[in-house]
Amino acid sequence: MNGNQIDVVTMRLGKEMLAVAASNLHEILEPVPVTRVPNAGSFVSGLINVRGAVVPLADLRAIFGMEAEETTHDTRMVVLDVELEGGATTVAILADKVLDVSALDLESVDAAPPVGSRWPTEIVRGIGQRDGEFVILPDLPAIFKSHCARSAEPRKDIHR
Amino acid sequence: MIDEAGQIFLQEATELVAALERDLLALETSPDDSELVNAAFRSLHTLKGSGAMFGYTAMSAFLHEFETAFDRVRQGDVALSPAIVAAALAACDRVLPMISDPDSESAAAQAVLETLARAMPGGEGAAPAAQAEAAPENAAPVAEALRFRLPPDVVKLGHDPSMLLDELRELAPAQVQAITDRIAPLETLDPLDFLVGWRVAFETPVLREAIEDVFMFHGDDLELTLEGGHAAPAAPSAPVEAKGTATPEAAPSNPASGAPAKVAPAAGETMRVATERLDELMDRVGELVIVEARLQALAAQSRDPALLAVAEDIERLAAGLRSATMSMRMVPIGSITGRFRRLVRDLSAMLEKPIHFEVSGEETELDKTMIDLIADPLVHLLRNSADHGLESAEARRAAGKPEGGTVRLSAAYAGAEVLITLTDDGRGLDPGKIRARAEANGLISPDAQLSERDLYNLIFEPGFSTAAAVTEVSGRGVGMDVVRRTIEQLRGQIELDSEPGHGTTVTLRLPLTLAIIDGLLIEVGGEHYTIPLAAVEECVELPLAQAQENGSAAFLNIRGALVPFLRLRELFHVDAPLSLHPKVVIVQAGGHRIGLVVDRIVSNTQTVIKQLSQLHAHLRGFSGATILGDGRVALVLDVGQIVALGREAEEHIRRESAA
Repeated sequence: MNGNQIDVVTMRLGKEMLAVAASNLHEILEPVPVTRVPNAGSFVSGLINVRGAVVPLADLRAIFGMEAEETTHDTRMVVLDVELEGGATTVAILADKVLDVSALDLESVDAAPPVGSRWPTEIVRGIGQRDGEFVILPDLPAIFKSHCARSAEPRKDIHR
Repeated sequence: MIDEAGQIFLQEATELVAALERDLLALETSPDDSELVNAAFRSLHTLKGSGAMFGYTAMSAFLHEFETAFDRVRQGDVALSPAIVAAALAACDRVLPMISDPDSESAAAQAVLETLARAMPGGEGAAPAAQAEAAPENAAPVAEALRFRLPPDVVKLGHDPSMLLDELRELAPAQVQAITDRIAPLETLDPLDFLVGWRVAFETPVLREAIEDVFMFHGDDLELTLEGGHAAPAAPSAPVEAKGTATPEAAPSNPASGAPAKVAPAAGETMRVATERLDELMDRVGELVIVEARLQALAAQSRDPALLAVAEDIERLAAGLRSATMSMRMVPIGSITGRFRRLVRDLSAMLEKPIHFEVSGEETELDKTMIDLIADPLVHLLRNSADHGLESAEARRAAGKPEGGTVRLSAAYAGAEVLITLTDDGRGLDPGKIRARAEANGLISPDAQLSERDLYNLIFEPGFSTAAAVTEVSGRGVGMDVVRRTIEQLRGQIELDSEPGHGTTVTLRLPLTLAIIDGLLIEVGGEHYTIPLAAVEECVELPLAQAQENGSAAFLNIRGALVPFLRLRELFHVDAPLSLHPKVVIVQAGGHRIGLVVDRIVSNTQTVIKQLSQLHAHLRGFSGATILGDGRVALVLDVGQIVALGREAEEHIRRESAA
């Protein structure tokens, strides 16, 4: 791997292709039973058991405004570490299908277009290209941090 | 190697300094307690000894002076005055800095020693050197007299017996008598044979060890008998203590606390273990408990009697291992109260308010992690009590109270919880002032209807600074909200009660341990949740009339008492069809009872609590999650928060029905 390339895990979410850095990857699981967390909202709505650890399960579809989809035999849970304020936190994200682990040429990555995109620049590190298709690099720390910040605000969330 | 030994020494020194500090503080109230003087002296002496052993010569020399001065107190030469105690406490503070940074500390240490010397009546404060040297060893065996004979060829070999006598006389003033019974008649006498023996009677007892040192170079042919005195007359009740084994727990408790003095465990019966190793053990036990639950589930499924029997055995063993591991982690609260005594003493001096500090229940044990984490909140609460709670002496006099304020810290078991209460007899909280401040800070709207208790609880809100004036002691930004957050992180609760003019009581309710609890597994809408069993009072059927109703809260008649209840399915937004026979789990927290309506009660489980990640930390109502026997995750209900939600709902209903 030279300086211009990083290893990424590519996955499918709806019609889009996503890539996250493979260095943060723990493992890729076939769907396991999910425990719903009441009142937690649609983004991080559940918990799963990953080898004896309780790990929050996030669905990026809620962030990118995509429709929820049924679990298929291709659905995977991608377990990875995300740097948050209190240190690295292990989370799992849902993917409709995991494609592969491959090298991504950073030179092909552009900043997300500021307007007219469903990919807000605050939560997307960039958009690359692979085999003639766009690959979205979500900024997971930013996404999870803004979730923490937003959900910390109202204190009486269970009420009513 | 040196580092490790240094670490051990530092830890021991920290404990010894804490013990010394505690004894000195106790001496302040009972200066005539010779046991305390002896205990303080022993700590000093052990500290000096091990300091010298580990090469901390500057500290050792410093302690020698300190010890010398204190020895005069012990000998009864000097009465213990508050000035001496104050100087001794200041000296105590210098010890640990001297270990970490001996060079830069020497000037400060010298200044402290001078203060100490000035505090001692009779000038320079240094006792005669010989006395100081001999006195520390007083607890060791001594002798008052000895007889000895040297082998007959001693002079032929070039020894001079008179040097021995000189050395003995250096130990203490002595009467020397020659024993001449073996001297042969003149005709047969060989002038080169040495046949005289001696009896040496000391005027003060001398250490046996020191005497033996004198004869170190005279081997087997020496005849030596020591006479008299086995224990030091100056410290008749001081137990012989092996150096380096003194621990704070082993030292007698402060008699003022009224707690029964703990029997010191004999040396060799305790050992130090790094906390991380205990944590690791606890983690393993936690995993075992999860796997054990899984085994139980499988065994129950298979109905194989042999497997069921093994599963039962494993369950018993796991439970035993769990409680043994937990008991290892238990530490008495007394291990941190020493520094609170010191804190209150210093606060009292700084604020110029006489404060009487009482501690009770020091033997109450809590998980080590918990003890470490509650120390800071307690310090904060103590500062608040001393600074804001207690009035000045004049104000107290004017209010007809004794000039000295009282702050009382007590700890006690209450079921599976420990209650720590901090009470002061000060001015109490002023609801009007709290309200004004909360309105000014935008915490409540001016027309908000709040009970007195709710008003008091506002001081725990972030952004509510407790003091109108920020003083040196408290009110520097870290507020009561941090205290509450810390306690809640420990799955504990904090309560506040106050009577204007008569004082304030803060109660901390803490679970005995953090990691593993007994839980009651329940089902709501097909989902499993765990309720800490310690909070469960009873389970009842929900009367049919109320079962089909909706609405989130109502009341239930439990043996004549009206208990509000919450439907968890409403709280958790469950859409699944209603259960035909809902149950009510009556829980209590913070002195309030509420019922939780569930679909089904599943079983008792041992629950290993895992913290929720930051992504869910904001949710009220859950204290963590656990992994069930079938590998699924279940949320653990935070009964305290649920009860608070129930109370909010209850007041809501009351207001609506009143309107």
